[in-house]
Amino acid sequence: MTTRIFGSGIRRREDPRLITGKATYTDDIKLPGMVYAAILRSPHAHARIRSIDTSAAAAAPGVLAVYTGADVEGVLKPIPCAWVVPNSDVKQVAYPAIAKDVVRYVGDAVAVVVAEDRYQAEDALELISVDYEVLPAVINPEAALGPNAPQLHADAPKNQAFHWVASGGNVDDAFKSAEVVVKDTIVQQKLIPNAMEPRSAVASWLAPMGELTIWNSTQNPHIVRFITCLVTGVPEHKIRIIAPEVGGGFGSKIAVYPWEMIVAFCAMKLGLPVKWTETRTENYVATTHGRDHIERVELAATRSGKITGLRATVYAGMGAYLSTAGPGIPTILHGLMYSGPYAIPNIRADVYGVFTNSTPVEAYRGAGRPEATFLLERMIDLLAVQLNLDPVEVRRRNLIPKFDNGYDVAIGLKYDSGDYQKALDTALTHTSYNRLRQEQQQLRQHGKYMGIGVVCYCEICGLGPSQVAGAVGFGGGLWESAIVRFYATGKVNVFVGTSPHGQGEETTFAQIIADELGVPVDDVEVVHGDTDLTPMGWGTYGSRTTVVGGAAVALSARKIREKGRLLAAHLLEAAEADVEYADGKFFVRGSPDKSKTIQDIALMANVAWNMPQGMEPGLEATTFYDPPNFTFPFGTHIAVVIVDPDNGHIDLTKYVAVDDCGRQINPMVVEGQIHGGVVQGVGQALWEGAVYDQNGQLLTGSMLDYALPRAHLLPDVETLSTTTPSPHNPLGVKGIGETGTIASTPAVYNAVIDALRHLGVTGLEMPLTPEKVWRAIHQQG
Amino acid sequence: MFAAKFEYYKVNSVAEALQTLRAHNGAKLMAGGHSLIPLLKLRLARPAALVDISGILDLQGISVDDTTVHIGPLTTHQTIAASEAVARVCPLMAEVAGEIGDPQVRNRGTIGGNVSHADPASDWPTALTALNAQFVIQGTGALHRRVTRTVAAADFFTGALSTSLGEHEILTEIQVPVMNTAQHSAYAKMAHPATFFSVVSAAVVISMSGNRCTQASVVLGGLAPKPVRAASVEEALIGQDLTADNIAAAAAQVSNDLAGEVMGDIYASAEYRRAVAPVEVKHAIYHAAGLAHS
Amino acid sequence: MNIQVKVNGKSYQADVEPRMLLVHFLRDVAGLTGTKIGCDTSQCGSCVVLMDGVTVKSCTCLAVHANGSSITTIEGLAQDGKLHAVQEAFWNKHGLQCGYCTAGMILTVTELLQRNPKPTAEQVRQGLKGNICRCTGYQNIVRAALAAAEALGG
Repeated sequence: MTTRIFGSGIRRREDPRLITGKATYTDDIKLPGMVYAAILRSPHAHARIRSIDTSAAAAAPGVLAVYTGADVEGVLKPIPCAWVVPNSDVKQVAYPAIAKDVVRYVGDAVAVVVAEDRYQAEDALELISVDYEVLPAVINPEAALGPNAPQLHADAPKNQAFHWVASGGNVDDAFKSAEVVVKDTIVQQKLIPNAMEPRSAVASWLAPMGELTIWNSTQNPHIVRFITCLVTGVPEHKIRIIAPEVGGGFGSKIAVYPWEMIVAFCAMKLGLPVKWTETRTENYVATTHGRDHIERVELAATRSGKITGLRATVYAGMGAYLSTAGPGIPTILHGLMYSGPYAIPNIRADVYGVFTNSTPVEAYRGAGRPEATFLLERMIDLLAVQLNLDPVEVRRRNLIPKFDNGYDVAIGLKYDSGDYQKALDTALTHTSYNRLRQEQQQLRQHGKYMGIGVVCYCEICGLGPSQVAGAVGFGGGLWESAIVRFYATGKVNVFVGTSPHGQGEETTFAQIIADELGVPVDDVEVVHGDTDLTPMGWGTYGSRTTVVGGAAVALSARKIREKGRLLAAHLLEAAEADVEYADGKFFVRGSPDKSKTIQDIALMANVAWNMPQGMEPGLEATTFYDPPNFTFPFGTHIAVVIVDPDNGHIDLTKYVAVDDCGRQINPMVVEGQIHGGVVQGVGQALWEGAVYDQNGQLLTGSMLDYALPRAHLLPDVETLSTTTPSPHNPLGVKGIGETGTIASTPAVYNAVIDALRHLGVTGLEMPLTPEKVWRAIHQQG
Repeated sequence: MFAAKFEYYKVNSVAEALQTLRAHNGAKLMAGGHSLIPLLKLRLARPAALVDISGILDLQGISVDDTTVHIGPLTTHQTIAASEAVARVCPLMAEVAGEIGDPQVRNRGTIGGNVSHADPASDWPTALTALNAQFVIQGTGALHRRVTRTVAAADFFTGALSTSLGEHEILTEIQVPVMNTAQHSAYAKMAHPATFFSVVSAAVVISMSGNRCTQASVVLGGLAPKPVRAASVEEALIGQDLTADNIAAAAAQVSNDLAGEVMGDIYASAEYRRAVAPVEVKHAIYHAAGLAHS
Repeated sequence: MNIQVKVNGKSYQADVEPRMLLVHFLRDVAGLTGTKIGCDTSQCGSCVVLMDGVTVKSCTCLAVHANGSSITTIEGLAQDGKLHAVQEAFWNKHGLQCGYCTAGMILTVTELLQRNPKPTAEQVRQGLKGNICRCTGYQNIVRAALAAAEALGG
């Protein structure tokens, strides 16, 4: 394989439309006769609906229809959960598209208005009168499991959505014989994903044909099609889902929501195209959240700092209903990663999924793995304090030694490849770690609090083998598909089942084709996000698009190369065994002037005037690629902070990220993913968090109160990499979309706690607001 | 978001504005709209009518005479931040203007709209109180005669989102004394990370003779419903050399000035705001005095 | 109310409700959907356009406010099919990922460079205070702004 294109940071091919305002996102779509829906949402976290009066709204100017739960009942089936983790007693409670009797969170749909324009629809919403009997609410997942908690669902006693246990080794023995045990309670606060594009759906119903089209801001159009079929009853082959330009997702556009089902319902009832776009304040309650764990964790170790056991009981808030992939996140994607990059012989995870009166919880960038990494890295820092060791030293004593092809961790996963020590050393060298520690000592003597946070991580991505998906209860496969099609002119379309929305695969996939087949990258156009145009695929999340989808692209390209080679042999009148491929040309071994370009081959295959006997016309290949294993990127991140003891203000002064995602197709794109991921994780550590009051009202209900990372509050992220290819991936790639978020939250957190270490501070709740830090310094509550 | 319906009147003079206010019950004035439009969109404000005064030329611009900076209330934050004259004769105003919100808010938001809205977390009320600004207000008296009155900053701001402006009055000018060469100023603020509004802020104007503080004006914002003059701090500063110890001691006096209501929210409690008020005061004094930070 | 607004050099006349936001006028009346709506509260800057040469958040501005003004949206920045230097720099430096905040970012940087042709990285970061990007971590946007300054001869 040449490396001309692979590995080069060419600028992105999707950008020209994005920098000129010519891209089409869902809310930009305007169909003839289109009307507008607005959804009335419950203002209460928990209430019984006594009655609804929609008459005034129905009579308001411009209003075409008002529908309530009674209208959709029996027409739209409840929204299903698609990840029913086995052996966990998952309670698949009914999630009606529009609540009829009980609302269970602020944001639950109560009615929908369709009007000629959006302003009219919003005006009419105010005219709907709902008589609620307000019920007590519960938000804290541990409390929700308690004896006196309000009950959300009759068929989920104690609000328990599921109970999942995973273990390896013998944890109880490890703790019995432990020389040292450290304990902590960790709160992973609820986060609001805040993709910049609010969610939106446009539905169009072609009644004479029975065809439903939905333009949808989603990360996985094929899954939306599948579930739309289950909910609406429209057969799958009559449904077309189009994910046009999608403005970020971060997990919040995985779920198949009630809202697009409501929009489809309205379009089918009215026979008109209907658009719904959420406002940002609506997004904060209606679009899924992330994290929301309370974790009780214990770590056992020897006095020399060798970790012997880890056990955790986790209360994972699911929100009021199970979102599409909700249960899989705190279990499969979390508990199974408790070994991180370390050799830990005995591990147990005990995870309770719990219903609470809040917005459902879904994947949010990293999904389970940031929580696992945080848990582990927190406990290791606590162990270092307990043993009075440098936190780096404790990590070094426990890292799994370098391996190239498979390592079994106690909890049951087989990691693909890793060189964790090298990543750690690279980060330490780059930051002059020992000098940083000296500087810290000096500053402390002058009353200045500097802190250093070091995180070693390993994560699971490239989801994943379908057999495993089935075994862990995922309601679909996790393979990917790619069709590579050459036209007579030598130009290429690649049709993929993945659905990138900012990650740059229109470029990186074209680079794969250019590299495998020697065509100019500009001769390749990647098509995605339309179920009528693209082959089945499971979507873009879990850092799987390049790993699994890219592999499918590469394998299709290789099939084309082989067909091209056979056709070239025929045209060159050479023995098949004598024809080789290099740099876009097929040539007879030893006679490089006797050759055919890939373009020659594409032309001949498409006109088919002179084909070998039995060879089909056309130059096109399809691959359904099911990976043999997951991939396991890793790295070391180091954060440096200065804490102002007077007011608790934190200044993040340095951030170094060393990541190993295997081979890099486009280093510029890889770096961009790391920048964005790191900053998102810094957000969790320092600024972000959904805050509810006792009644279940979201107090951080807009960007005025929910603080997102801003440019002026951040330093540059210094990125470095090591390269340990995945042994089983056809491209040697591992995935990079989530590593930044996975590593940066504990890196910054550990740095802040490290800055306060001399004061005896061992932990604080995130986000680390100045007040919390100040209180820790001044020991006031 | 989508505002509820309202009537809209664009006016071209103060007289017309007053007349329109009188004619429409519940009408509200709007300049740049940066305080009002977000509330309209959330349907938290529902005025029957809006009187758009953004086109009144008389209410725009900055002029400076020997004693006073005259600022039209429709002057944008950006105009003030970029004004060389303001930077020369009242650098605190330039500093504060450049700290407000973000570039777009500064481009469109006006000083008059800001002070009329009187958000306790915004910057102008604090700074203008420290500068002893005067607010010129026009209203309608008997027989529909125009009446002009002038109110000191200390009396203009009456509480959270509340001023001494009457329902049928309009702010027509803000007058700020020109600072002399012995005067030094600074504004320090702990900003909310989402809005950049102040959690705690301190505006300081001090006169110095050598290293000695001869006069001081210290005002706190963000933590109380209206700006709080830190008289105890002022008293502690006057007559003292600005040494690190003296500054710290003076700043610590601020607790005496915060006996009244201090606000708290989910980001920062009242207790915390009280506790860090001296820190912002100290930062501002250091900055004003041109001293290196401790 | 009848208003007339010049957008990217073309005049649009329409009878609008006073409550209509400028961003809705641009997107729904003028059909220029390059300007985005990202929040409701003036925090995110996705809706930034140039009004009479200065950046404004078009979600915090009524359409009637824009009566008689001249607006430049992202669609109007490239001239004669040639990208503006800021657009080019965003492309070269990977200053965007999902693209949703990009129009606001590009217009904000354009104004920033008009006011300060040779900014430092720190000044650029300060200048981006009113714009939220969730994808890039801002770093490549800062690089793009500095590269554009260079290209524009700042």
